[in-house]
Amino acid sequence: MPPSAERSALGRIGIFLAFLALLLIAWEGVKLLGGDPWRSDGKVVWDPPLNIWFASNLMLPHVWDIWRALADPVQRGTEQSLAAFLMGAAFYTWREAAIGFVAGAVIGIALAALFVHSRLAERAFVPYVIASQTIPIVALAPMIVFAFGPNVTSVVIIATYLTFFPVTIAMIRGLRSPDPRALELMRSYAAGRWSVFWKLRMPASLPYLFTALKIAATASVVGAIVGEGPGGIPDGLGRAIVNFNTQYITGPEKLWAAILASAVIGIAFFGIVRVAEVVTLRSRGLRTEAA
Amino acid sequence: MTGEAGAPAVVRIASVEKRFEAGGGGTVALAGIDLDIGRGEFVSLIGPSGCGKSTLLRLIGDLIAPSAGTVEVNGKAAHAARLGREYGIVFQAPVLFEWRTVEDNVKLPLELMGMGRPDRERRARAMLELVELGEFARHHPYQLSGGMQQRVAIARALALEPAILLMDEPFGALDEMTRERMNSEVLRIWRQTGTTIVFVTHSIPEAVFLSTRVVVMSARPGRITRLVEVPLAHPRNDETREDPTYFRLVTEVREALRGGGGGSDATDGVDGPSPERLAAEGGIG
Repeated sequence: MPPSAERSALGRIGIFLAFLALLLIAWEGVKLLGGDPWRSDGKVVWDPPLNIWFASNLMLPHVWDIWRALADPVQRGTEQSLAAFLMGAAFYTWREAAIGFVAGAVIGIALAALFVHSRLAERAFVPYVIASQTIPIVALAPMIVFAFGPNVTSVVIIATYLTFFPVTIAMIRGLRSPDPRALELMRSYAAGRWSVFWKLRMPASLPYLFTALKIAATASVVGAIVGEGPGGIPDGLGRAIVNFNTQYITGPEKLWAAILASAVIGIAFFGIVRVAEVVTLRSRGLRTEAA
Repeated sequence: MTGEAGAPAVVRIASVEKRFEAGGGGTVALAGIDLDIGRGEFVSLIGPSGCGKSTLLRLIGDLIAPSAGTVEVNGKAAHAARLGREYGIVFQAPVLFEWRTVEDNVKLPLELMGMGRPDRERRARAMLELVELGEFARHHPYQLSGGMQQRVAIARALALEPAILLMDEPFGALDEMTRERMNSEVLRIWRQTGTTIVFVTHSIPEAVFLSTRVVVMSARPGRITRLVEVPLAHPRNDETREDPTYFRLVTEVREALRGGGGGSDATDGVDGPSPERLAAEGGIG
């Protein structure tokens, strides 16, 4: 890495950390001004002068309370900490999301390839592809579970369902992106559709593909989490979120921790795709703009 | 109209017409085109915008089909010649595949014809040497200047050793200095390879400097109004540009463009006669 790139990478991390610090200060600042009385060992150490409705401990727990909850056992009488439990659940959910992501990407590319080569197929099917995305996932998920049974397969199908759409739309654009003269050039070499697809359309569409894959990465995580509820999967983040939701009054920190865990896998997945993008595009001499 | 005496025709265009359907009617882009191009000739097509010179080039290359008439290349229909990979094409833009290195761009047509890897390697190297870019083989297109990119495009076009090289205003986007250098370059390559070249241009000096024959066209509909033989000696160089014959030919082509025949002004022809009547009259020949 050249020095300037190194500096900009460090700079980006620095900005991220600085903003995170600001966010935490704002969070606790609101509680300092208008939250519940601050206690230490049961004694009130600070009574905020104002009353801000969303700054209560129930709505907005202290950052350190969330942190402490992560170290506490996930349930009374168990050894496992909340952090360890959430890590396991997050990994489980991420695996479902990743399988759905790969399946969705493959289906998305295949559909786009079909549409680019057949106007008839495009006219006939694209409206249904779009319509499919207007059906709320909460309505569709129970149907998928009913059809495929309460198991991981159903969850993966739901994740796939949320993934293929951005890939299809972006790839229709990407596969059509080559310069018309590049297509004429291939024609002058008597290149068949197959060669034109693999040597021209597909490589030209890679920047579009990666943009879609980054959207798909986060969408697949949402799909997996939402699907775990009706899918009856006990081991993932989806069930944890449902459970912690019912326990919110007694322990809001746990739900916050679970939300944090889902955000972390979403960001991590996005990051993996971004790294793959930079590596792939750079090795092909293409520019890679951030995000 | 015949090519150089004794040389067998590589391109034979007979009574070609091209219409583009648009809206209600259609426009006649080319009408009554007859032209033979001999082996090893360097023929320039010159004319005002809309005279159909690029369309004619595309017809020769079977990138589009004529509405009437025939185009033969190497004694075959243009379509068969294209399937036989007998063309090399260079556009105004280099149209290099940016994800491929310079070398891999030149190899593209060789891959498509199914040539083995070692032969591909050797041929691509030779072509890059021909355009004097051997040391840039592993660069990516964006690392090269416009003129260099266009040389890569020429190397790619010549890689299949095509019977005919079609060039569509290949140096139109380059600055004057680079353009003159590229002109000498393309003449050297033409002499070295003996390839037949059909060259579309806007520039009269470029057409005269490069060609063995200049085909002057006029617009609405596009037709051939004059053929100008260029008897300038080879090799041509900067001295050629000061040769009285060169000036005389430049003037001749310019006057042919002005006179045009048919329209009120061949370089514009807004008030020219209707396409239908001109189409009925046909071109010269």
